[in-house]
Amino acid sequence: MNFPADLRYSQDHEWCTEPADGVTTVGVTGYAAESLGDVVFVQLPEVGTTVAAGEVCGEIESTKSVSDLYAPVTGEVVEVNQAVVDDPALVNAEPHGRGWLFRVRVEALPAELLDAAGYGALVGAEA
Amino acid sequence: MQPQDPPKQTPLHAVHVALGANMTDFAGFSMPLRYTSELAEHHAVRQGAGLFDLSHMGEIVLTGPQAAAALDYALVGNIGKLGHHRARYTMICAPDGGVLDDLIVYRTGEQEYLVVANAANTDVVAAELSARASGFDTEVTDASADHALLAVQGPAAAGLLATLTDADLDNLKYYACLPARVAGHEVLLARTGYTGEDGFELFCAPAAAESLWQALRAAGGPQVPLPAGLASRDSLRLEAGMPLYGHELTRARTPFEAGLGRVVKFDKGDFVGRGALLARKEAGPTETLVGLVARGRRAPRAGYPVVDPASGTPIGTVTSGAPSPTLGQPVAMAYVPVDRSAPVTELAVDVRGRQEPVDVVELPFYRRGA
Repeated sequence: MNFPADLRYSQDHEWCTEPADGVTTVGVTGYAAESLGDVVFVQLPEVGTTVAAGEVCGEIESTKSVSDLYAPVTGEVVEVNQAVVDDPALVNAEPHGRGWLFRVRVEALPAELLDAAGYGALVGAEA
Repeated sequence: MQPQDPPKQTPLHAVHVALGANMTDFAGFSMPLRYTSELAEHHAVRQGAGLFDLSHMGEIVLTGPQAAAALDYALVGNIGKLGHHRARYTMICAPDGGVLDDLIVYRTGEQEYLVVANAANTDVVAAELSARASGFDTEVTDASADHALLAVQGPAAAGLLATLTDADLDNLKYYACLPARVAGHEVLLARTGYTGEDGFELFCAPAAAESLWQALRAAGGPQVPLPAGLASRDSLRLEAGMPLYGHELTRARTPFEAGLGRVVKFDKGDFVGRGALLARKEAGPTETLVGLVARGRRAPRAGYPVVDPASGTPIGTVTSGAPSPTLGQPVAMAYVPVDRSAPVTELAVDVRGRQEPVDVVELPFYRRGA
């Protein structure tokens, strides 16, 4: 599985972008999407709420299972991806692209996030 | 089996791996959970055809002059009345009436019956049948290792199969079976299934399984039949309101709670569990299995509490639940008190700490041709 080199990855299988103007974009990894199966419902944090790195901020549900969504970063949610709320299958189709979940205003990304190689090694070890 | 035992492989294991299936351990077997998308596999069965490997299921054969009498004593159904080449859905119960497994019994010969058990229960069923058949002139054999089982299910299944066999499919009725030659292989061809669609199950020798699978794959277009895994099998049977052992059916409940009291036949001789089941029938169950449709998008899942929507008091338990691909809404089956079981009673399910409103509906959620 290919993990884009320009993203950072959490141990909980979320990714985020390097912040642009202090805002990072968050999604779940292709590995997580594949493990979940076909995603049919996502519950995202509301705009204006604050999420905390490593804490539950929503749910992601497939036909077979439901998983908590963990925030990879700390900050205020400034936007959610309405397209993915309307069509959760985007998470499976383009997990690292159009299937992004929400955007957070951050001061900095947590230092413990992994790069693509580190995350690939993590899920390689799990697979 | 011991936890450290590696899962068993079906005769189609290499086929699944070659297809890139997502494999899972199920009832001691390594089985395909899905090949690509479980939603696509689900819709393929509803709209075209799906192809399943069910070789994990158990096959127990009874032969001899008293095979039917032994089954009448061992099971709750009336097997003595089962016609040649007919099949029946039935159950094996403990002396206290608790369900040990649900089964399909096929009458495959004048004095020969094939009992198909759930994979997780095969050892228990084989042992119970052997014990209960002692004293009858019959031989009980666990022949699971001698059988592979493929299922082709969906509205296109009959048309696909017709290209591979001379068997008279038009006269093969639902819950009937016949020995047939399919793609050059001897099979027991049965018009049974677990999806709510028309379809067939093919029992064959393990050595024939791969060739038969490939012939069925090649019988239609590239996507018909679509290989389908256990994930879609579960969502299909849930929509069809069919019980799954370990969920709707357990050792702790009788067929009457599950709304399946009709499978218990008292108009035959003595059978294991008769006294307890008769008492339960006469007293009436206090809880019963119902269908639930969620008003929101969060799905009730197995084990979640059903609660009174006003007080939040737990009144029942969800046994299976998932977003229904066909209905586009979450559906579930649950045990609730009889006085809360009428459609359309409004109830709620505690979905991970938050109450979600649900309505009691008639089962099944989906009926073909509807």
